Amino acid sequence: MTRSRRGSLRRAEARDGLLLISPTFAVVLFVVVLPILWTVLLSFQDLRLIQLRQASIFGDYSLDNFKEVFASDGFWTSLRTTLIYSVLGTAAAVGLGLVASLALRRNFRGRGVVRALMLLPYVAPVVAATFVWSVMLNPQFGIINYWGAKFLGWDEPIAFLSQRSAEVSILGLDVEVPVALLTVIFFEMWRSFPFAFLFITARLQAVPGSMEEAALVDGATPTQRFRHVVLPQLMPTIAVLALLRFIWTFNNFDDIYLLTGGGAGTEVVSVRVFDYLTARGDIGAASAMALVLAGVLMVLVGIYFRFAAREEVA
Amino acid sequence: MSTAQQASKSRGSTQRSRMSRDSVETRVLGVLRWVVIAGLLVLTVFPFLYMVLLSVKDLGAVIQDPGNLLPDADSLDLSTYSEVLKSTADGGQGFLGFMRNSAVLAVSTVLVTLLFAIPGSYAVSRLRFPGSRQVSVLFLAVYLFPSILLAVPLFVFFTKVGLRGSLAALVIVYVSQTVAVSIYMLRNYFETIPVSLEESAALDGAGRLGTMRHISLPLAMPAIMANALFVFMIAWNEFLFALLFLVEERSRWTVSLGLSQLAGSIEIPTTVLMAGSVILTVPIVALFFASERLLTEGLTSGAEKG
Repeated sequence: MTRSRRGSLRRAEARDGLLLISPTFAVVLFVVVLPILWTVLLSFQDLRLIQLRQASIFGDYSLDNFKEVFASDGFWTSLRTTLIYSVLGTAAAVGLGLVASLALRRNFRGRGVVRALMLLPYVAPVVAATFVWSVMLNPQFGIINYWGAKFLGWDEPIAFLSQRSAEVSILGLDVEVPVALLTVIFFEMWRSFPFAFLFITARLQAVPGSMEEAALVDGATPTQRFRHVVLPQLMPTIAVLALLRFIWTFNNFDDIYLLTGGGAGTEVVSVRVFDYLTARGDIGAASAMALVLAGVLMVLVGIYFRFAAREEVA
Repeated sequence: MSTAQQASKSRGSTQRSRMSRDSVETRVLGVLRWVVIAGLLVLTVFPFLYMVLLSVKDLGAVIQDPGNLLPDADSLDLSTYSEVLKSTADGGQGFLGFMRNSAVLAVSTVLVTLLFAIPGSYAVSRLRFPGSRQVSVLFLAVYLFPSILLAVPLFVFFTKVGLRGSLAALVIVYVSQTVAVSIYMLRNYFETIPVSLEESAALDGAGRLGTMRHISLPLAMPAIMANALFVFMIAWNEFLFALLFLVEERSRWTVSLGLSQLAGSIEIPTTVLMAGSVILTVPIVALFFASERLLTEGLTSGAEKG
């Protein structure tokens, strides 16, 4: 094969490659990249939904939207709620996923079915899942409150989704408990643990049996074998899972909007953005807030990678 | 007693104590394991069971005795399903129409996504072209971006051009959300197909498109089917963009949107809406079990041929 022929083959390959990828690239460019860049412009403009007709790229640009966002107490509260929700939701989901995959590690009859059933909360439509849980948690006729009154001796029904906080005495200490926030975190755990379960199970199957056998011969007990042999093998998977789940929970809108509508101390930033966009029609402030949300996320992910990189060096 | 005997005896006793800790742990964990499995099964399955049970009950009976979940043979109430499915003109809630909208949206999204993702994933996995690395990174980034950040400009744009409320606009938005993960899934599969098969086809004089159509596509069919089902599930379950785009016109509502909008209403009995949520969930759960089998079949058939 001559050099020029090889070169023309190379060129043909590059041409075909670009041709085949270009439709996808065009969709991503026009429906994702450019709109996000446009959001940056919008966030510096004073734009209401009702005056959308007059909107143009050549408007008056100012920092007013960002000033408004940062000056409002509601924003800082919702950012704090978002952080608590995503940290606890991620930890609970990954933790339960780990427990589930360990419990289902050894084979038994019907394990395949049980594993498939574990994935139900994750594949079911979010609207159906939130609806059935809001009925189950209903103070008047929900099954949870019925069982709570019958078996746990609850004096009065708990409004899980509309009660901001409750006093609970633990060991004689009265503690303020954020009821609705804990409920949506529980829901996040219920809905997302299958994702962690799926990936940890896959990783667990690849852990070589010989290492555990060696530990067994050395007299390590089951918990020791888990702690010193299995867990270190799972750690990289768990770290990636925790990162992904954190990103998705941080951005989550559907679950909280559908469960509480953002009320009772559960307003996360994405729900607030939605309200600014639709109820207030304040496009500028909504854009600014969404950008701040994405910015905070990027900083947090950046910190994570800093730590992850250092961990690898050490 | 010789020292050797003593040593062996002491070793024996430490071994026994370790053995006992070992056996205690093994026994406790053995029991705990079944407790955890049972607990997890209740946690994951019960809500769906509750959904089905409540959907065939009368709301009055539920309010009177919330703990009695089992349907009575003589009062099995299937009218909830006909009420929720019937059109509003016939006094129902119009879920049949919502199902049609959801199906049209989801099937269109699948077709367009595959039309874009199959060539795209082939290019990313097989062909060297300038910028291929950057493109892959960009697609991955799309997958991780907050959808609420994207919701603002798309909402504003489609309102401005007057296309908000059209299903076609929503299909484009859905495709932009699914195409990246589709390419990622299919690329992984294309990479498992030996290049030599394609090379021999090329030697036989087949062009790039011919090779793709006659060699790579048939081989990748199980992965493409699984991916199609996956995209279908995403589009069928989607809520945020359906809410932003379609909420003003009831005739265009999807099942998810319809259920969420009617859930707050006092006039519609909860049990009727439970029937609606069964209707929303069943297609997805059915597809999920189907695709699970499809995936394993695709993998095992490859293994048999060795």
